[in-house]
Amino acid sequence: MSGDMRKSLLLHGGVLVALFTLQFVLPAYHHGNLARIMVLASYAAGYNLLFGYTGLLSLGHALFFAAGLYGMGLAMSQFGAGTGLALGGGVFLGALIGGLVAVLALRTEGVAFMIVTLMFAQAGYLTILYFGAYTRGDEGFVIAQADRVFLGQDLSDPRNRYFFAFTICCVSFVMCLSVVKSQFGKVLVAIRENEERARMLGYDVAKYKLVAVVLSATLSALSGAAYGLLFGYVGASFASVQYSIFPLLWVLLGGAGTVLGPLVGTAFMFYLIDLSSGLTTAYMLIAGVVLVCLTLFAPQGLLGELRRRFWRWLP
Amino acid sequence: MTKSKTVPATGARPTRRDALKTLALGGAAAATVPLWARYAGAQTSEPIKVGFQVHRTGIGAAYGRWYDRTTSAAAALINEQGGINGRPLEIVSEDDGTDPKRGAEVVEKFATQHNCDIGFGTLFSHVVIGSAPRAGELKLPYFVVSEGHHVASGMLNRYTLQPGITDVKSQVQAMAPFVADNLGKKVTMIFPDFAFGHDHRDYFTAAIEAQGGEVLEHIAIPPTETSFTKYFPKIPRDTEVIYHVMVGPAVLTFVKELGEFFGPQRPEMFGFIDSLEAVDIGSPGLEFLDGTYFWEGNPRYAQDDQSDYDAFFRERVGVDANGASISDPKDVSTYAHMFGCWETLHVVKAGMESAGYQGPKDRAALIEAVEAMTDLPHSNAHPQGAKIFNGKTHQVFGHQYITKVVDGKLLLVHTTSIEDTFYPDEVDYTTQTL
Repeated sequence: MSGDMRKSLLLHGGVLVALFTLQFVLPAYHHGNLARIMVLASYAAGYNLLFGYTGLLSLGHALFFAAGLYGMGLAMSQFGAGTGLALGGGVFLGALIGGLVAVLALRTEGVAFMIVTLMFAQAGYLTILYFGAYTRGDEGFVIAQADRVFLGQDLSDPRNRYFFAFTICCVSFVMCLSVVKSQFGKVLVAIRENEERARMLGYDVAKYKLVAVVLSATLSALSGAAYGLLFGYVGASFASVQYSIFPLLWVLLGGAGTVLGPLVGTAFMFYLIDLSSGLTTAYMLIAGVVLVCLTLFAPQGLLGELRRRFWRWLP
Repeated sequence: MTKSKTVPATGARPTRRDALKTLALGGAAAATVPLWARYAGAQTSEPIKVGFQVHRTGIGAAYGRWYDRTTSAAAALINEQGGINGRPLEIVSEDDGTDPKRGAEVVEKFATQHNCDIGFGTLFSHVVIGSAPRAGELKLPYFVVSEGHHVASGMLNRYTLQPGITDVKSQVQAMAPFVADNLGKKVTMIFPDFAFGHDHRDYFTAAIEAQGGEVLEHIAIPPTETSFTKYFPKIPRDTEVIYHVMVGPAVLTFVKELGEFFGPQRPEMFGFIDSLEAVDIGSPGLEFLDGTYFWEGNPRYAQDDQSDYDAFFRERVGVDANGASISDPKDVSTYAHMFGCWETLHVVKAGMESAGYQGPKDRAALIEAVEAMTDLPHSNAHPQGAKIFNGKTHQVFGHQYITKVVDGKLLLVHTTSIEDTFYPDEVDYTTQTL
């Protein structure tokens, strides 16, 4: 094992150990926050696979998050599926929609790809509203506490919720690290750096990009399904454009193309809003100023900047 | 062995300045007696903390601003009257961004960080539905002021209550007799194509059919729509009444284009004021509404037979006879809804006093005390009108008001009975464990 690999495993393993341990020491409020952050960080990690490593900027990832959320929720409310089946259904729906979107949207690139993904997400949002008889439209619906039991564990219980969120976070971590360290991941980075050169070297760029979109969508859908299960609510606002912008913001803040960046960015943004809202009603102004400063002084994000200055081995 | 006290040779005699200081301090302390003496009977002087989930940003900001003012006014009044169980009321506000995700986070913050006794104040339905599961899990009594049917429908949980404002189902069905008897029986409905609009579509259609009327056409407008002209040709020619509820900033365009479409030959029109809350009814472009009818939860304009309670409420909140801020006549209130905050806080006060509420361990007793309430008489605590609370469904029922636009003002033409708003129970929350 190379020195860099050892450092990487130590760092990422250490972060997971720290996340696991924190549940025993955090006060109730931050305990709940961290559970939420870990689930949303998985969403950001899915986004990072596509944006940070493949160089495809999507503005429609809320579609995949919502596919997981509604796939899980509707499987329960309309078909009476059990928790495990509903969770799997949500993830499958996200992967399926990811594949469909990829087939169509990857015919475009650059700004056109952004617009096409945005339009798909908007179509998804309006579809949820259109089928209001089943989805309850913009109001959404509640997943009853009795239905939120997985492997005999009540997911509305704070400890179980935290552990489930931690498991989702571990899955996304391992998946991202595996992809990044694999031959496949190196090709994605090659596509990001110079798509023409990757193609000239004989790689089927279209196929790689399609798999990247599906992987990214799957991880986003897993996060969406888990979010609905853990917090008991399925709503159309999670399919709105705002929730397509969030993962972009989290990844940019944390550091695009770093495995830890999405977690750091999600936590940073969460507490930036939470703490500044305690100081002033004009908290969005504070958040805006901080984000502008970060963009100016750490354009590669927090971990991107660390990698540039100190930890060049950071994956 | 004890130390003997020695008196310094100098400084033992008070100077005139010292005496004046002492008198001033004593006077100041005496002046504050009324402030603290009224809480002296309480076992603790710790405030009762009410977590106020306020829409400061997002689509609900206009409502949030007035909900905030009304809540502050109600809390000030309650504190002037001695607080709750001898303890002062403290409002802890957090912006939920009119977003269900942030709403749930704010509820968690109330329960686990601010250590609030209850959560309160939410208006928009999706924020209520997104937040209520967390309130139930955290066993935080969650008093919403939403007018959504979600509470009484049984979708939520025993910790969520709506004792200060009626729900959309009862509001809509109570309108049907007036519409059928006075405006016409052939109705075309225009509504936004999302859950709030669908509630109107479903409840009013059933209610007007029960009155012998019919809905000729349902015209659902997508929420992203900015121009409405293309929808108007769908209105059947034999329509006698247009029922409209268009929430959102496009309402001015909607009214203007509807006026251009019909000209002076229009059918009768009936709408829900939700579209025009915080909007001056005299705004340019709204002239077409003259002679049309509106549902109002509470009449925005002070009427000729205004009750003393309404006058008191306006004075305390800072609203003039036209429903605008006394400090800025252009700052129109959300008068049809905001009374709900005032009344809900008074229900909380009555519930806590009835339960002998001392702290979070008494939250279950508070829920049971509110569930036991029935009649809420017309009073300063309930200035909108008398109400009946249904402890099983956690929903209050009350009078509804129908006003007509006359010379740019909304004049009251009909008040429904409370019984007009009743419908069969759809849930019994009291069977759920606390």
